[in-house]
Amino acid sequence: MTTTNPAVAAESALRLQDVCFSYRPDRLILQIPYMEIAAGQSVFIFGPSGSGKTTLLGLLAGVLKASSGQVMALGRDLSKMSNSQRDHFRGSHVGYIFQMFNLIPYLTVEENIALPCRLDSERRHRLNGVPLHDAVRETASHLGIEALLHENVTNLSVGQQQRVAAARSLIGTPQLVIADEPTSSLDFDRRERFIKLLFENCRAARSTLIFVSHDRTLMPLFERCVSLPELNRAAQSL
Amino acid sequence: MILLSLAWHSLKNRRLTTGLTVVSIALSVALLVGVDLVRVGARDSFANTISQTDLIVGARGGSLTLLLYSVFHMGSATNNVSYQSYLHFKNHAAVEWTIPYSLGDSHRGFRVVGTTNDFYEHFHYHRDRKIEFAEGRMPDGIFDTVLGWDVAQALHYKIGDPIVVTHGISEGRGILQHDDKPFHVVGILARTATPVDRSVYVTLYGISAMHIDWADGGPPMPGEETPVSKITKDNLEIKQITAFLVRCKSRIDTLGLQREINTFEDEPLMAIIPGVALSELWNTIGYAEEALTVVTFFVLVVGLLGMLVSLYTSLNERRREMAILRAVGAGPRKVIFLLVLESGLLALAGTFLGVTGIYAVSALTQPLVEHRFGMFIPVTPPSTTGYVYICAVVVAGLLIGTVPAVKAYRNALADGLSIRV
Ligand SMILES: Nc1ncnc2c1ncn2[C@@H]1O[C@H](COP(=O)(O)OP(=O)(O)OP(=O)(O)O)[C@@H](O)[C@H]1O
Ligand SMILES: [Mg+2]
Repeated sequence: MTTTNPAVAAESALRLQDVCFSYRPDRLILQIPYMEIAAGQSVFIFGPSGSGKTTLLGLLAGVLKASSGQVMALGRDLSKMSNSQRDHFRGSHVGYIFQMFNLIPYLTVEENIALPCRLDSERRHRLNGVPLHDAVRETASHLGIEALLHENVTNLSVGQQQRVAAARSLIGTPQLVIADEPTSSLDFDRRERFIKLLFENCRAARSTLIFVSHDRTLMPLFERCVSLPELNRAAQSL
Repeated sequence: MILLSLAWHSLKNRRLTTGLTVVSIALSVALLVGVDLVRVGARDSFANTISQTDLIVGARGGSLTLLLYSVFHMGSATNNVSYQSYLHFKNHAAVEWTIPYSLGDSHRGFRVVGTTNDFYEHFHYHRDRKIEFAEGRMPDGIFDTVLGWDVAQALHYKIGDPIVVTHGISEGRGILQHDDKPFHVVGILARTATPVDRSVYVTLYGISAMHIDWADGGPPMPGEETPVSKITKDNLEIKQITAFLVRCKSRIDTLGLQREINTFEDEPLMAIIPGVALSELWNTIGYAEEALTVVTFFVLVVGLLGMLVSLYTSLNERRREMAILRAVGAGPRKVIFLLVLESGLLALAGTFLGVTGIYAVSALTQPLVEHRFGMFIPVTPPSTTGYVYICAVVVAGLLIGTVPAVKAYRNALADGLSIRV
């Protein structure tokens, strides 16, 4: 397992090895000996509040840099990249959905969805020549928010906002879609509908989906489930 | 491009603070540029207290003294110029016109100036302005007098009023009154906003007539005065004047004529070039303008600090926005750039508004200011200093923008993707 076989690396979307992370030197938040996520899988990561789920996602998305160890994403070593290389990587290959308040308040729904493609040229190129405007419309129609495109984001319900966020994370077909408790502010029915939509779209784009939540009732919907407290050595020492 | 549009939308979203910040910058820029305009205007107007005069000639002495008594009617001459010498230069081949001044008397604190009708015909100020009459006409008779605008206003004189001239310069009624020879107001000059307004004009004959019976600087014994009815221009002799203005036929002659006057053998005379002398004088009294500039700089600093405060306080509300931007791939460098761009836009908008505002205001109030303060504010494109100010404001805005930007960068690094409210 410790050997870097290119064939395996290409198959795995994410691979963490001996990863340690701490915000402050005196307190280790994450210590993960090994974790691998295959490409195209939908993975559910759960753990109680404060167990380091958001922190882990920060590492996977390349916002945070591991204090030690190796974070391989899409065959590339994030821990060896510079800050701006990781920003660029995230911009072109990762879609990210927050728990809530995902949208930039002064942009319209359409502008919010288009944002990743306008910030990153590689992501825009992956539209395969489809004009950005049409790509936005198409993604929005997949998520059932086509009618809202010209709305002010502050006029949307929370469920609508999360769907806009999903559309933004999916546009330009990133290989990795990361969702940090995107459904925690939705009621049960809408929660399932949202997750199903997300699945469909990720499957269509063959994107790997990392979905984080403390709500274990969602577990059955996913192909694979990971308990962060079990994985994380640092948590056990707390 | 996308960052520019983000900055624009974000500023638009915070309309109120954006508006207030822009206005506060605009006001300080307007003040800065306005003070610059006024300074140029004041210097210009001062340098043009008299214009189209090439030389001022008086008895040899200090050039500042000559300037003060001939142009501003302040202080007094130690010596006079003989009428012969005056006539010599008046009829000089290089001379186009002259205006003689005979000073030394006053009327209730205002200087009395003896001159000829050349004054009304040739005197210019503010480049090309000429003396105009608000009422009445040029003096003709020996005891005719024409009042400057301020004199007429302050003393409530009208055409036909008699006035008595005081010998020497004194406030109010002096000890030696020429009350045996009263003058009559025949004209009132329109406002010029120059020392002309504060003077009483009589003819050179009038000055001679007042002093006709005087001997050795003393007045005649009471009862020995020549009655007014017996005085005619024929029995008056003009012996001396105090100074005279010279206009040369060609500017090239000026320096030659100046040298000729300064080395005149018959009498120790001195000629000065008014423009040069006036700017020298302005430079010695012009430190006030520097003080004003310093004050406006502080106003500008306050305006820019206002921008800093408004951007900085908005950062906390915008932490979420920054986290979202980071999540969609904007690196900290782009976040910094976005914020610097915002302050740049604010500074640019403020500067633009301020500059256009002050130009609009000065264009609109130009006639009023000229009338009230005698200052002609030129509405010309900004001077080099003006441009330097404008660029400095924008650059300062950009520099100040880096403070909240660096703070946002720190926030972004510390927050990662966890969202703080
Ligand atoms: N920016 C930060 N600076 C310092 N410490 C942090 C920061 N973000 C998180 N932590 C700490 O790291 C630990 C894990 O936080 P994290 O946000 O990853 O938890 P979580 O599992 O996402 O919790 P929740 O389910 O409540 O979102 C917490 O103890 C938290 O105090
Ligand atoms: Mg979390």
